[in-house]
This record gives sequence, structure tokens and C-alpha cells, in this order.
Amino acid sequence: MEKRLFRPIALILAVMLSVGAKAQNEVAMADVMRENGKIYVVVAVVAIIFAGIVVYLISIDRKTNRLQKQVDELKK
Amino acid sequence: MKKNWWKVLAIVLILYSLIAGFLGDVPRRDILNESIRNLYFHVAMWFAMIAMMGASLGYSIKYLSGNHLNIDARANLFAEMGLVFSILGITTGSIWAKFTWGAFWTNDAKLNGTAITILIYLAYFILRGSLDDREKRARISAVYNVFAFVLMIVFIGILPRLTDSLHPGNGGNPAFSQYDLDTNMRWVFYPAVVGWILFGIWVSGIRYRLYSIKESLDQWRNDSSDQLH
Repeated sequence: MEKRLFRPIALILAVMLSVGAKAQNEVAMADVMRENGKIYVVVAVVAIIFAGIVVYLISIDRKTNRLQKQVDELKK
Repeated sequence: MKKNWWKVLAIVLILYSLIAGFLGDVPRRDILNESIRNLYFHVAMWFAMIAMMGASLGYSIKYLSGNHLNIDARANLFAEMGLVFSILGITTGSIWAKFTWGAFWTNDAKLNGTAITILIYLAYFILRGSLDDREKRARISAVYNVFAFVLMIVFIGILPRLTDSLHPGNGGNPAFSQYDLDTNMRWVFYPAVVGWILFGIWVSGIRYRLYSIKESLDQWRNDSSDQLH
């Protein structure tokens, strides 16, 4: 008797859970983009651009540093 | 290299925020959708701006207690860096607003507050530009900078919280409550903020170096013209 009751209740619970999960997933996100992995391409591009800017910044940093040293030496 | 460890840290933190910012898990929210990731980039600009203005304020106060012109230059250059961050913040915010709130500009208390703040700091640069005497310029602009910082805090930190705002954390709610920012996002957002602040200090330092080189050149020019007369 108890088993007979349990089955439909379990079924209803399972359906409710899956509906709940679906409702959560309804908010549109870039899931496909992440699924097929192409988002990594974008991240790679962004990272390379940032790295390039940083390399340039480091070279400016060094050049100005050298220039200041030269000026300081002339001051003496 | 040992002296520059924090520059490396800045690069690592920003790079981490760029990568984790795109790939990390974010909460699914209606209207925001994936644009919730803008928090890592757009909001970090404002945090960095406030830090730059804070550094500028610190140097202004230091100038008032010591009267060294290089300290005044530091204050000026940090305010300049803060202005760069604020312009980046306001333009990126405008794009984000268009696609979530429906307009590039809304009459939100925080938007108008930031616009006024930018104007206040523009006035700081105009004030500096209009004074020829260096000592006077340094002193007056240092005093003005104290007012500017206080006004910034009022306009972007206090007033938006007193009225209704579209921004989360405003309109009576404490900012960054559990509801606004989930734990996953904190782990990307705060490193991004620290990274951009260090980045700002770095660039501001390069600007200061250029300033001091120019100082030396001006000094030589004055010395040589004195010898001629």
C-alpha cells in the first residue's frame, strides 16, 4: 500500500523539480557559446590585446626610467 | 625587478579578471543576462577612480603640511588618472544602461552624481590651469581638492543611497549585500579592483617621471637664460 502511494508522489516530485530547474534556466545566457567552446577564442583575443598593451606599457616604463636616470646624471 | 613586484601583480590580477570574467559562473538574472559580467569591468573602473582620487587627496593634504611642489604634482597626476578611470566608467556604464535600462542616460541619482563629480574634477584642472604662480596654484588647488573629494563622496556615495536608484545597493539597501553580489563574482570582482588600482598607480608613476624630467629641463633653461643676462 505504501509503495503504491510512493510512486506517484515521487513522480510528481520529479516533475516539479525538473520544471523548477527549467524555470531557472529560462533566463537567456550564452550557454551555446560556452558549450561549443568558442568563448575561449574570445578570451584568447582579449588576453592577447591586454598582454600587448602591457608589453608596450612596460617598454614606456623602462624608457622613461632610463631617460630620468640620464637627466639625473647630468644634474650632478 | 624586486621593486616592481606590484606591477606584475597588477598584470596578473587584471588578466585573471579578464579570463575568469568571461569564463566564470555568474548568476542567471533576467534583463541582465550575460551583461552581469560588466560588473568586473565597469564597476572596477569606479572603484579605481575613487582610489585614485583618494591618493590625490592624500598628496594634497601632504602638500598642505609640507609645501613641496613635487607632492602637488603627484596630487595632480593622480586626479588625472582618476579622471581617465571615471570617463571609462561613465561611457561603459552608458552602454550597459542602454541595454538593461533602455537608455544611454537615465535620470538616476548615481548617474547624475557621477556627472557632477566629473565636472567638479574638471574644475580642479581648470583652476590649476588658470593660476600662474606655482606656489599659489599648488596651495589653492590642494584646498579645492579636499572639497572635491568630499563632494565626490556625497554625490556618488551618499545621495544615491538616499533616493531611489536603478543601481543595486542604492535606495536604502547596503551595497554588496549577499543579494547583489554572489560569492563567485566577488572572487573575480575584488581582484579586478585591486589590479586596476595598481595599474593606475603604475601609469601615474610614469606620468610623474615625465613631470620630473620636464622639471629638470625647465630648470636648466632658466639657469642658462640667467647666465646669458
